[in-house]
Amino acid sequence: MIRILLSFLMLWSAQSLAVIETYEFSSTDLELRYKALSQELRCPKCQNQNIADSNAPISRDLRAIVHEQLEAGATDEEIIDFLVDRYGEFVRYRPGLDSNTLWLWSAPIMLLVMAVAVVVTQIRKDRDGQTISSNAERANKLREKFDGDS
Amino acid sequence: MQPLKRFLPLAAFLLLVVLLVRGLSLDPTELPSARLGDSLPDFDLPVLGETASRQAKDWKGEAALINVWATWCFSCRVEHPFLLELAEKGVTIYGLNYKDDPQKALVWLDDLGNPYAETVVDKDGWFGLDLGVYGAPETYVIDVSGVVRHRHVGVVNEQVWSEHLAPYFEAIPLVGGSD
Repeated sequence: MIRILLSFLMLWSAQSLAVIETYEFSSTDLELRYKALSQELRCPKCQNQNIADSNAPISRDLRAIVHEQLEAGATDEEIIDFLVDRYGEFVRYRPGLDSNTLWLWSAPIMLLVMAVAVVVTQIRKDRDGQTISSNAERANKLREKFDGDS
Repeated sequence: MQPLKRFLPLAAFLLLVVLLVRGLSLDPTELPSARLGDSLPDFDLPVLGETASRQAKDWKGEAALINVWATWCFSCRVEHPFLLELAEKGVTIYGLNYKDDPQKALVWLDDLGNPYAETVVDKDGWFGLDLGVYGAPETYVIDVSGVVRHRHVGVVNEQVWSEHLAPYFEAIPLVGGSD
């Protein structure tokens, strides 16, 4: 058991931040928020990277903006709004709920409801005795079938 | 098996085909500018090669293109001859020299010709950031009142001009037309 747990722990390594420049923060709280924000903001140039991982010049600028505004006392929402204002909802890896993202946000719930519905109908069917419930019964059925054929 | 149920996999397959074909025809790199319909953000930037500076209000009064360019940008060199052609047709093009060395930019314009009514220098890219620029070349259309109407990312060529940009410049004939 310990071994299994250990092997799982080995899979769980800390995510590395491949950033070139380093920023000084006046508090660790700001630094943590910087890390969270730069991982959640998407690079407009290299579309499948967040700005923490991207070396594109624009990402460097966006990181500088995030750092500057954090030190100036802006809230996370203010910083995100500032960037959404300029680059659109696209810069957020967790876009807000609007008419465009309605499907995106509702799909998991709809899929869950559908899955539950399928499971429930299947269980109902089983309870109605349409399927064979025990091995003995199944053996009987098979025997009947083969005896009938020969 | 009920007859309708038999067609369920086929229906699912067709739905998937429709979704995938739609996906193929979408260009994920095409981002609408967040600034569409807004006035050009305020700026106060030096004119390339001069001591004067320009503000957003100086670029009001006629429909114009704002071309974001830099000497380090290869595609800018590709689109440059076409910009010269447009300028000759009478299209007002403002240049935004983006994160560049002004000296190199002046040499570039000397060597290749200058299609720009005027070029302002955005050395650190902060105005570009306000405008939502994420690379060069990018080309914006502003209307008479200085409102951003269109953003094109990448090289401007004849096709891009006639399909996307020309409609904003009705007084100007299509390049390559009857003349």
